[in-house]
Amino acid sequence: MYSNGYIFRYASIMVILVAAILSAAAILLQPAQERNVKIEKIQDILRSANIESTTSNAEELYEKYIVKEIVINSAGEEIGVYTNGAFEKGDRRAFLIDLKTELKAKQQIKLGKPAQEPVFPIFVCHIDNEDIFIIPLYGMGLWGPVWGNIALKGDLNTVVGVTFGHKGETPGLGAEISLEVFTNQFPSKKIFDEEGNFTSIKVVKGGVANSNIDPAHGVDGISGGTITSNGVSAMINDCLENYVTYIKNQKAI
Amino acid sequence: MSTVKTEREPMFSAKTKKLLIGPLSKDNPITVQVLGICSALAVTVKLEPAFVMSISVIAVTAISNLLISLLRNTIPPRIRIIVQLVVIAALVILVDQILKAYVYDVSKQLSVFVGLIITNCIIMGRLEAFAMANKPWPSFVDGIGNGLGYGIILIVVAFFRELLGSGTIWGFHVMPKAFYELGYVNNGLMILPPMALIVVGIIIWVQRSKNPDLQEEN
Repeated sequence: MYSNGYIFRYASIMVILVAAILSAAAILLQPAQERNVKIEKIQDILRSANIESTTSNAEELYEKYIVKEIVINSAGEEIGVYTNGAFEKGDRRAFLIDLKTELKAKQQIKLGKPAQEPVFPIFVCHIDNEDIFIIPLYGMGLWGPVWGNIALKGDLNTVVGVTFGHKGETPGLGAEISLEVFTNQFPSKKIFDEEGNFTSIKVVKGGVANSNIDPAHGVDGISGGTITSNGVSAMINDCLENYVTYIKNQKAI
Repeated sequence: MSTVKTEREPMFSAKTKKLLIGPLSKDNPITVQVLGICSALAVTVKLEPAFVMSISVIAVTAISNLLISLLRNTIPPRIRIIVQLVVIAALVILVDQILKAYVYDVSKQLSVFVGLIITNCIIMGRLEAFAMANKPWPSFVDGIGNGLGYGIILIVVAFFRELLGSGTIWGFHVMPKAFYELGYVNNGLMILPPMALIVVGIIIWVQRSKNPDLQEEN
């Protein structure tokens, strides 16, 4: 028979040992893990501008093509400009902004609760003598968060490409949003109508052809993935609307 | 302590061989003991995650069996389940961290299921039934054997689900284009968990019809 003292000693030593091993592993592996997350983010940004990258050359391509990172506030003013590895204005880097936190702050302010002034990131990509503006997206699908990036041409209206990702949408249904079958519908769509009003891009249940939505502002939804499709619609709208003032200011200049 | 020295067993005696081979056929944890089904359904949509999951489970069963077997004479029986759980949980967290650091893509696909290896009944079952009463080497082999038995089913199921559900194997397209032109379509149902259950069911059926001694009498 083992005494209670032995059992307590045994348990304590075991727990302390295991804790030490796990903390050591976590500390040792953390740099590699953070790098993976960063590279994934870079690859998503590049892919929306139709630049294919691998995990090994993503950082290099990012430095080559993304010439400017802009941070704007809700009044559409640039409060941070980061270019060529240095700050031109302010001290916020678009790459380090957590869009989820900013959207939450925006929501809080809308409800009249105190929150920090939200800021929104834009990445400027220079490729083939053309500037492409990449705007990150974040929203909710059916089972969890969905996110993505939308790349706009220099006119800040026409879509060049999009990427979507999701935490756990239904395979074969909602999860199709991240596939090319779905994302290939986006290029050449427009987010403003001819009068310059913000229309966003809607994901239409039953297909754009059968609806009264202008084909320039809508894409076909996914059969069986209506809630995810609506989530994507809402995400595009909610995220892009933060940039409308900024885009209008840009065009006025 | 017994003073009688038993004769040293060779590294791979008939008995240890049986520990390794048994779980691959007549003692298979999934098809015969019906353990670890949950993760087998969840991670078998594609071959690559199924393979990584198998390797992870093999590592965890083998190392936890070895550790518990080394500690078996010091573990107070009243807290033995807690000790086993701590060992398993620690190993699984280690595996999860390593996957996140080195095979990030796959670890994203496996998501929570790596963490859920902790609740995989195969591992606790082997610790309680085998490692607590056997020497380290046979326990280690037993762990490898059971991990392999689990892995092999995962890979077979994933092979069929990926081939029929996505037309690919290990991410490479293998279904000839001509098939699609003739009107063949990927079976969307194959991607969903229920089909994994049916594929496992078919494997069990084939196995039992080949091994009459596995059939229950009633």
